[in-house]
Amino acid sequence: MTLEIPRNQPPGKEATIVVSGTTHHHPEAWKWYHYFTFNVDHKVIGIQYLVTAFLFYLIGGLMAVAMRAELATPDADLLDPNLYNAFMTNHGTIMIFLWIVPSAIGGFGNFLVPLMVGARDMAFPKLNAIAFWLNPPAGLLILASFFFGGSQSGWTAYPPLSLVTAPIAQSLWILAIVLVGTSSILGSLNFVVTILFMKVPSMKWDQLPLFCWAILATSVLALLSTPVLAAGLVLLLFDLNFGTSFFKPDAGGNVVIYQHLFWFYSHPAVYLMILPIFGIMSEVIPVHARKPIFGYKAIAYSSLAICVVGLFVWVHHMFTSGTPGWMRMFFTISTLIVAVPTGVKIFGWVATLWGGKIRFTSAMLFAIGLLMMFVMGGLSGVTMGTAPFDVHVHDTYYVVAHFHYVLFGGSVFGIYAGIYHWFPKITGRMMNETLGRIHFILTFIGTNLTFLPMHELGLQGMPRRVAMYDPQFTHLNEICTIGAYILGISVIPFTINALWSWIGGKQAGDNPWNALTLEWTTSSPPAIENWEVLPVVSHGPYEYGHDVQPLAATEAST
Amino acid sequence: MQQIPVSLLTLVAGVLITLFSLWVGQHHSLLPMQASEQAPLVDGFFNVMMTIATALFVVVEGTILIFLVMFRRRKGDETDGPPIEGNLPLEVFWTAIPTIIVLGLGIYSVDVYSRMGGLESGGHNHTPVHVAHQMPGSAIAATLSDGSEVTPANNPDIGIGAGAKEQGKTADLVVDVTGMQFAWIFNYPDSGVTAGELHVPVGADVQLNLASTDVIHSFWVPQFRLKQDAIPGIPTKLRFVATQVGTYPVVCTELCGGYHGSMRSQVVVHTPEEYESWLTENRIAQQQQELQQAVAVNPAELSVSEFLAPYVRNMGIVNGQLSMVNSK
Ligand code: HEM
Ligand SMILES: [Cu+2]
Ligand SMILES: [Cu+2]
Repeated sequence: MTLEIPRNQPPGKEATIVVSGTTHHHPEAWKWYHYFTFNVDHKVIGIQYLVTAFLFYLIGGLMAVAMRAELATPDADLLDPNLYNAFMTNHGTIMIFLWIVPSAIGGFGNFLVPLMVGARDMAFPKLNAIAFWLNPPAGLLILASFFFGGSQSGWTAYPPLSLVTAPIAQSLWILAIVLVGTSSILGSLNFVVTILFMKVPSMKWDQLPLFCWAILATSVLALLSTPVLAAGLVLLLFDLNFGTSFFKPDAGGNVVIYQHLFWFYSHPAVYLMILPIFGIMSEVIPVHARKPIFGYKAIAYSSLAICVVGLFVWVHHMFTSGTPGWMRMFFTISTLIVAVPTGVKIFGWVATLWGGKIRFTSAMLFAIGLLMMFVMGGLSGVTMGTAPFDVHVHDTYYVVAHFHYVLFGGSVFGIYAGIYHWFPKITGRMMNETLGRIHFILTFIGTNLTFLPMHELGLQGMPRRVAMYDPQFTHLNEICTIGAYILGISVIPFTINALWSWIGGKQAGDNPWNALTLEWTTSSPPAIENWEVLPVVSHGPYEYGHDVQPLAATEAST
Repeated sequence: MQQIPVSLLTLVAGVLITLFSLWVGQHHSLLPMQASEQAPLVDGFFNVMMTIATALFVVVEGTILIFLVMFRRRKGDETDGPPIEGNLPLEVFWTAIPTIIVLGLGIYSVDVYSRMGGLESGGHNHTPVHVAHQMPGSAIAATLSDGSEVTPANNPDIGIGAGAKEQGKTADLVVDVTGMQFAWIFNYPDSGVTAGELHVPVGADVQLNLASTDVIHSFWVPQFRLKQDAIPGIPTKLRFVATQVGTYPVVCTELCGGYHGSMRSQVVVHTPEEYESWLTENRIAQQQQELQQAVAVNPAELSVSEFLAPYVRNMGIVNGQLSMVNSK
């Protein structure tokens, strides 16, 4: 099979990227308003993803704080319970589909992958722009759904509940998810092709940065699982609007089939969120610990292993639902096994610290924070993977605690680490380290205060997705709510830092961290086609402690 | 420091961590009291996991913290660390250990689960349940008069079945449980009693046949450590033996609408004598009620709140709440 892919051309010849369908002269650097257009430059698109996602993070975060304020008391005295459910549903949806996934894959992936493999752009720049521009309308649909009551059936949207509450809002919600799903499919296709075919020839496969391995695994997973979600949601949309009855029990439909379709995507979705973050970790830790990553191959292959095994664990979300006993046991075992490659990564990062010269930069603090939180989230995850115990804690606050440790500790910390690490490259300016530390401390304390007590709440008997609860749980809930306020406050130093540094931060230079991956060989911010002359790779991405000079782009001219 | 061999330190640390983890595993008191035959099984399993998790947590987090202190950059040191890229024996070690642990847990969980009754193959009754009501704009409009048709088949396949001791026997007491927004209705087919709370005798082998008239609900008694969804269209079951007299909460754990959080009831575990007298009392009371109703009204013509009214008292649902539910 041969695939006609735009390869990197030798410098000087046809190396111009395609903007708006014609090869043309482009400006020296993009102006601010280019960031609001259908720009096809991968770096512009990456920044578009990151900024949009962060705005949605703030919106989703406000919903979370509103929910926690409601839960400060046992009664539904602040929000109407239906509104609470709408917040709960859209908080989850926004955080997953419009914050973590777009920022980790879309934002970092787009900005970094071409730079890391030495390409001038993504394989299909226009497709890339289309993929991004599907996101804002999706967000608007979700926000618009609040005018119709807001979808209230949780981000899982299980029928029959999703068929009987707020049908218009639910339809808008489905359309939004289908849009982001399409975006994710298009983006993934682009990543796979870019990584497989556009790497500079001098880069060997074992010199591919681990972030690119992670994005490759993520993209394959997205390509395999997203269509299944789309199928499930489209059937639901038909049930809602066109009188079909795939999931209507009173007309011969089966509600459990929906759960299978949904989780076939949505369990892998947690790996979609976490794998790119693992990739970020593998880039940040070696640089700031001044050590080669420990076990490059193990870390690269474990991404692929997670991608494969991750497709066979979805029924662990359905242990108390309509699944036969044998299925519960099969999925217990496969779920437990997925913990192994994850553990391999954790141990690899810890071992990377050994003997290092650790710099406690803000990026490194968040990376270490992730490591510490993820251990907790991983251990509680293993307990829930086993059917007998999951029967007790399923759909309780124990689950809420677990997935926030994984998603907040494991994803948000990683995204922040990535932002502090690559901000100099993205903007050409350094971020303020003092504000960064304040941000870290507030986030770390806030996260643990908010989510640690939830383990106990769940074990003791508090179900999730409730606006009112048994008064016996008041005390622990108060602690969670205080933690949530701290988390809310924690974004303030970050936002100030980002805006202020972007405008007036210290000039960063090309390679402020003395890192060895290719993105640091170009100027900061990178020129429009990334390099004057493409770099030639002469050493691996993590050879710290070896006698190598950071690659300079000029070195590459041959 | 330098005189003490590292292996000795490691050994001491290992012993201390092991002791600490074993202690935590037994004394965490995170779980509520045990009130069913299954609860000690689940708790035993959880305690084992808690022990292992504590040990792993302490070791991994401890290692991270120690490394952070030991290998922090000293002022003025701009050099890199030693270029260690991997160590095969070490990597094999930390792949093998978790693999062994999770396979062990996997096997243990199969054992616990089958003793709990989770693997019991169930009966052969595959008759699909007929959910008779139309799904209208609002699920609450489901006509309760069709309740009889919703009653699940006698022995549903899915759920938690007979535990090790009860295998092969029929249950002492069968209760049909119907979930609806936002209440549980308990129906005793043998005695015709209907109630808003579950009453069971202690020590009896009870089988709940779960059904739902509208959306998915999930029946959970934290003190029993048991949970099973009530799924419209698919009958499920939950079999247990209560071991402690007392009153425990029944919680709905599947999001079922705005008032999901208020879908709470109780299970009252009686001594056998108390249970008998509760049953007799209710049988007589309800027979009289039925007599009156049979003359006066056809339940099908009742509105939901009218139909529910007799149960509301038992369920402890405040009147305001019910009207809120209905006004939707
Ligand atoms: C980026 C970070 C976060 C992610 C990815 C995330 C994700 C989620 C998801 C997926 C849900 C489940 C929604 C559903 O069941 O439909 C959820 C629920 C919830 N989240 Fe977050 N969340 C994040 C941050 C936060 C923060 C910062 C707070 C508190 C300040 C918070 C508080 C809650 C609460 C209270 C619920 C409702 C839990 C329930 O009743 O099930 N979340 N979140
Ligand atoms: Cu319910
Ligand atoms: Cu419920």
